[in-house]
Amino acid sequence: MSGLDINAITKAFGNFIAVDNVRLNVPHGTFVCLLGPSGCGKTTLLRMIAGLEEPTSGAIVLDGEDITPLPTHKRNLGMVFQSLALFPHLSVGDNIAYALRIRGASKEEQKKRVDELLTLIHLPGFADRPVAKLSGGQRQRVAIARALALSPKLFLLDEPLSALDAKLREAMQVELRQLQQRLGITTIVVTHDQREAMTMADLVVVMGHGRILQAAPPIEIYRKPADAFVADFIGITNLLPAEVDSAGRTTILGTAIPGLAMPAGVTKASVSIRPEDVHLGEPGGRAITGQVTFVRDLGGTIETFVEVGSTSIIAVATPRERPNVSVGAKVGVTLPPESCVVLGS
Amino acid sequence: MRREAPKSFADYTPLLFPGVMLVVFFVVPFSTMIAVSFFKRNPAGFYTPDFVIDNYARFLTTFFAGVLGFSLMLAVLVAVCCVSIAFPFTYLLTKRSRRVQTLWLVGLLSVLSLSEVIIGFAWSTLFSQTAGITNLFVALGLMDKPVALLPTFGAVLAGMIYQALPYTILVLYPALVRLDPTLLEAARTLGASPVKAFFNVVTPALRNTIVATLIMVFVFALGSYLLPQILGRPRHWTLSVLITDQAIYQSNMPFAAAMAVFLVLISLALVGLTLLVGRRENAL
Repeated sequence: MSGLDINAITKAFGNFIAVDNVRLNVPHGTFVCLLGPSGCGKTTLLRMIAGLEEPTSGAIVLDGEDITPLPTHKRNLGMVFQSLALFPHLSVGDNIAYALRIRGASKEEQKKRVDELLTLIHLPGFADRPVAKLSGGQRQRVAIARALALSPKLFLLDEPLSALDAKLREAMQVELRQLQQRLGITTIVVTHDQREAMTMADLVVVMGHGRILQAAPPIEIYRKPADAFVADFIGITNLLPAEVDSAGRTTILGTAIPGLAMPAGVTKASVSIRPEDVHLGEPGGRAITGQVTFVRDLGGTIETFVEVGSTSIIAVATPRERPNVSVGAKVGVTLPPESCVVLGS
Repeated sequence: MRREAPKSFADYTPLLFPGVMLVVFFVVPFSTMIAVSFFKRNPAGFYTPDFVIDNYARFLTTFFAGVLGFSLMLAVLVAVCCVSIAFPFTYLLTKRSRRVQTLWLVGLLSVLSLSEVIIGFAWSTLFSQTAGITNLFVALGLMDKPVALLPTFGAVLAGMIYQALPYTILVLYPALVRLDPTLLEAARTLGASPVKAFFNVVTPALRNTIVATLIMVFVFALGSYLLPQILGRPRHWTLSVLITDQAIYQSNMPFAAAMAVFLVLISLALVGLTLLVGRRENAL
């Protein structure tokens, strides 16, 4: 079978279970983002795939071969570290050629591959520069080129962009995604930045407390979060309590939402609705009545904070859609049933 | 953080204390020694102020050149041995748990509390025929009969390495602890075995530390004068032994001072040469 198979991997450090019985199949050529808060086990999982950490139990299978017993240097993978770990005593070219050099490749071969890779990362002619003289973004690219020198089967990146400033980070996200698509290499990136995951990934794997909470394409994770943790971690969301009343209708904050069905046998649950799906209008009718407590006008979008009882609801719209809302005004909140996601408890 | 250059005289006052100490305990005695090295020896008393270069001239004999050469060779050998043993050892030590590291470092520090005399006599017992380690080898069936391992050059070398090794490890430890462990991991993901990665990533990344440690141990070993006398034959005696002999037993202070000055100059020249070579290699 082609691709990477993570088969019931567990890693325990003493009593602490860092990665708990994780199963994941990554088809060949997929871009995967391991996403989660710090301490969720995503880096440990990546390090086990790299062979830098030994799993307590379970197996890692790459293209049908069990690589669990193989030491790191025999796994044929490329890895970019959070600290980048560029060798300070070597030039840019020697850093990139390191993997070729220790395999005894000839000088011409090394030079050819280095030139190829430098062109790939848009830094042609940088081979002789010392690493210390590079900017943050340039170092980033050199680390990527070094990891790709041997055309590995697996490309692993541990929070690769966290040291860059916001603007450069966004540009590098796009560049990294384009590079991955051009090379068609199976790539796994660890990140805690959900925007980064949404930008780059084919498959987002949300982790928490050592387990996989949801693994799905980014837009599905956003639209259909599996539980409250995922809904809250990916973007901004409104988590509202829903109940089934005596007449069998589903109500949110005491107002019936026609067309919203709860799973059979469930009478109480949380509902997630994205701020851009919340509609504000005149109070009355079928809308939930609330009061505007704060308006954040960001130019491109307007975020309106509405208080209903003791619950706060955020609604986002473009200025064109919502020209005049002011603090203190009474508004009607409409929740379209097709945008409400009933979450498992 | 921005560091401003000191501007007024008051900005330099923190330097006052170390400056005074340096002058009182280093510049004054060292200048005195240089001055004495040009004085004339007075066989009846001590020495009389003069300006003669006989003390240096006397030095230019094959005997003293041989002793100087031997001293330098011994110091270089001790430095190279110490660093080759201590560097891999300290590297492996930094990979152990905090507790194991602390225990080793405490153990090494306690070796530093031993004086050169105790170290010398302990090793002379260990290398002796009657009570030495060869008796152990005989008991284990490795040797036929116990032999004396001293006085030999090997015994001198072993004693001096034993004495300098804790210093070497303590000097290397901070640099190795601070070394980014992901450098080694990166090398491993690029296909280098741990041993290969140690030699072509860890060692070159710490080149400057290694050179500095070599110089430190070299200077340290150059000053040793007890161990060669306890563990070696007279031909294993270093220049430091001769200086002590001239200064204390022959009461020839001007000649002792001249030898000491000469030794300082030679060591400085060697250290300078090492740094120069290091800089040239860095520039390439």
